[in-house]
Amino acid sequence: MSAVIDHHHADHAHGPAKGLMRWVLTTNHKDIGSMYLWFSFAMFLLGGSMAMVIRAELFQPGLQLVQPEFFNQMTTTHGLIMVFGAVMPAFVGLANWMIPLMIGAPDMALPRMNNFSFWLLPAAFGLLLSTLFMEGGGPNFGWTFYAPLSTTYAPPSVTFFIFAIHLAGISSIMGAINIIATVLNLRAPGMTLMKMPLFVWTWLITAFLLIAVMPVLAGAVTMMLMDIHFGTSFFNAAGGGDPVMFQHIFWFFGHPEVYIMILPAFGAVSMIIPAFSRKPLFGYTSMVYATGAIAFLSFAVWAHHMFTVGIPLTGELFFMYATMLIAVPTGVKVFNWVSTMFRGSLTFEAPMLFSVAFVILFTIGGFSGLMLAMAPADFQYHDTYFVVAHFHYVLVPGAIFGIFASAYYWLPKWTGFMYDEVLAKTHFWMSFVGMNLAFFPMHFVGLAGMPRRIPDYNMMFANFNMVSSVGAFMFGATQLLFLYIVIKCIRGGPKAAANPWEGAEGLEWTVPSPAPYHTFTTPPEVK
Amino acid sequence: MSEGISTKRLVSRLALLVVGMFGFGFLLVPIYDVMCDAFGINGKTRGTAYEAGAEVIDESRSIRVQFVSTNAEGMTWSFGPSASQLVMHPGETREMIFTAHNPTDKPMVAQAIPSVSPSKAAAYFHKTECFCFTQQVLQPGERVEMPVRFIVDAALPGEVQRLTLSYTLFDVTERMAASLDLASMQPHN
Repeated sequence: MSAVIDHHHADHAHGPAKGLMRWVLTTNHKDIGSMYLWFSFAMFLLGGSMAMVIRAELFQPGLQLVQPEFFNQMTTTHGLIMVFGAVMPAFVGLANWMIPLMIGAPDMALPRMNNFSFWLLPAAFGLLLSTLFMEGGGPNFGWTFYAPLSTTYAPPSVTFFIFAIHLAGISSIMGAINIIATVLNLRAPGMTLMKMPLFVWTWLITAFLLIAVMPVLAGAVTMMLMDIHFGTSFFNAAGGGDPVMFQHIFWFFGHPEVYIMILPAFGAVSMIIPAFSRKPLFGYTSMVYATGAIAFLSFAVWAHHMFTVGIPLTGELFFMYATMLIAVPTGVKVFNWVSTMFRGSLTFEAPMLFSVAFVILFTIGGFSGLMLAMAPADFQYHDTYFVVAHFHYVLVPGAIFGIFASAYYWLPKWTGFMYDEVLAKTHFWMSFVGMNLAFFPMHFVGLAGMPRRIPDYNMMFANFNMVSSVGAFMFGATQLLFLYIVIKCIRGGPKAAANPWEGAEGLEWTVPSPAPYHTFTTPPEVK
Repeated sequence: MSEGISTKRLVSRLALLVVGMFGFGFLLVPIYDVMCDAFGINGKTRGTAYEAGAEVIDESRSIRVQFVSTNAEGMTWSFGPSASQLVMHPGETREMIFTAHNPTDKPMVAQAIPSVSPSKAAAYFHKTECFCFTQQVLQPGERVEMPVRFIVDAALPGEVQRLTLSYTLFDVTERMAASLDLASMQPHN
């Protein structure tokens, strides 16, 4: 963990090592970033296949394909893998690749820890996935793993699940420490905090959120471990504990966690929209403060996930108003994005398409969030498909579209080639239509009372569920096209200039494409 | 590289923050208990006896107190109150007898967990004596009568006219087996 920030690369500049060991032993931020991105994409496809199982079962009412026990394992592992295995590592990968390039640093501040934090992830998810093949099956208690479902009534494999969460958590914490150290200590001369690109800003704030809440999650699963194996009663009423306390601790982690998954996307979109509007970002300073405000408020709203468990009226009111308050800084951001585009000279290449869709669809997800924030209304919406529609609207066109936009925007920098624009636009439109077909009807079935996490449903929900399933299959299959586009771009294509985008600004576009293995070994001067 | 503190120093501070937040996660447990105690959240009542002072009996109000008993999963005892409800004035001290019977051929230990509904009434429901303050050890076939004595605070909000005291009885024999020698235990009460 020693600070490797000296210039030992400078005296013997060299390229990557050869063979497999390059990837096992690498401390290069670009290699590690690529590994993070590939890992998260593999997890995205795996978690997506689980979603396909869920949607296939829900294609028609009745039990067709899987048993309810397995269905529960699918909903649970789908959630866990998408949150901890796909979205979070993808953003860490983008951070690894882009933050040193954006702030003019030669590498991350702690390159060896960087390697370790990546390689913990395959261990964590190998462990998590192995539980699916164990006696009693994998985790089946929902991604929120409420006690006592995850303690008293859990399958025996829950211990492996707990350690998988520990490992993934340690990995995230180390990644966050690394990013903070890099951003605070390795900026090029002249790169003041308020000159940093917004992706760097949002990641800095996200990293602090991670450091604040991942240890609380580790504490929660440790308490579960102790309840299960060491006879404590944190969540066991028989011994004076309280299962409701689990929900408080979990959501104290869980709500900041949802912002951890969206803030880096805010940052990326805040860089892409100005590039394709050929205008500077509208309200840079307010963007920074709005991000800070969202992060700060995220610690004071957790009980809005628990309106129905029985909290005092004053508590319901407090958490309801605090939650609605978050709409203010979020509204500032949406306003700034729209104002950036206003009277801009817009072009709609794939990164911009994903970013514009991000703004529109994330706002829809934000509005359904406001509906859920109202405590009395939430009594009806709680645990219905309306909630599923809400968080998929903020996570799929929010986090995932943000990642796609980033990937297309920086692919020329990573590979040195332009991706196939026609295929990329096809990828966008198929994803856009598929995603809306899949998730929009869920609002309706949710409001009509269809509960979440069930393998069977009332006949009255049949048509909308079929539409959802068709949309989900379309969205899922389209992601294979994305894989093809990326591989095609790595293998060749039109040569990308150092700055392939007319309106893009930032230090990352001053280095050649593809970015050399070592960049900014002498720091650039920022005016 | 910009000015400011060294990377080593920064990382150790961040690591300290991580350890601190891990500790804070556990600190949430006592914080939660204190909050529940202070605000009567979740119907939690105090786990210790209430010291009755000079209580003012409010003859003008009558409160209906209902009693509910539940066996937790796997609990084989028969357990229940001698009456399903009583009517009392705020400030009055009343008593209810619960009966527990161990029908098995093994000595067993049980813990009753009380809960008051509506939860906002919990802070006004005082138990001066309760079998739930201790664990109950019953020998095979033994039957025991267990009293709970309680006062409803005169400050109980006016809109509450009826409250429910619920006990869930948990089998904690296995949990206690390590620390107790059951055969030599004398039953409580």
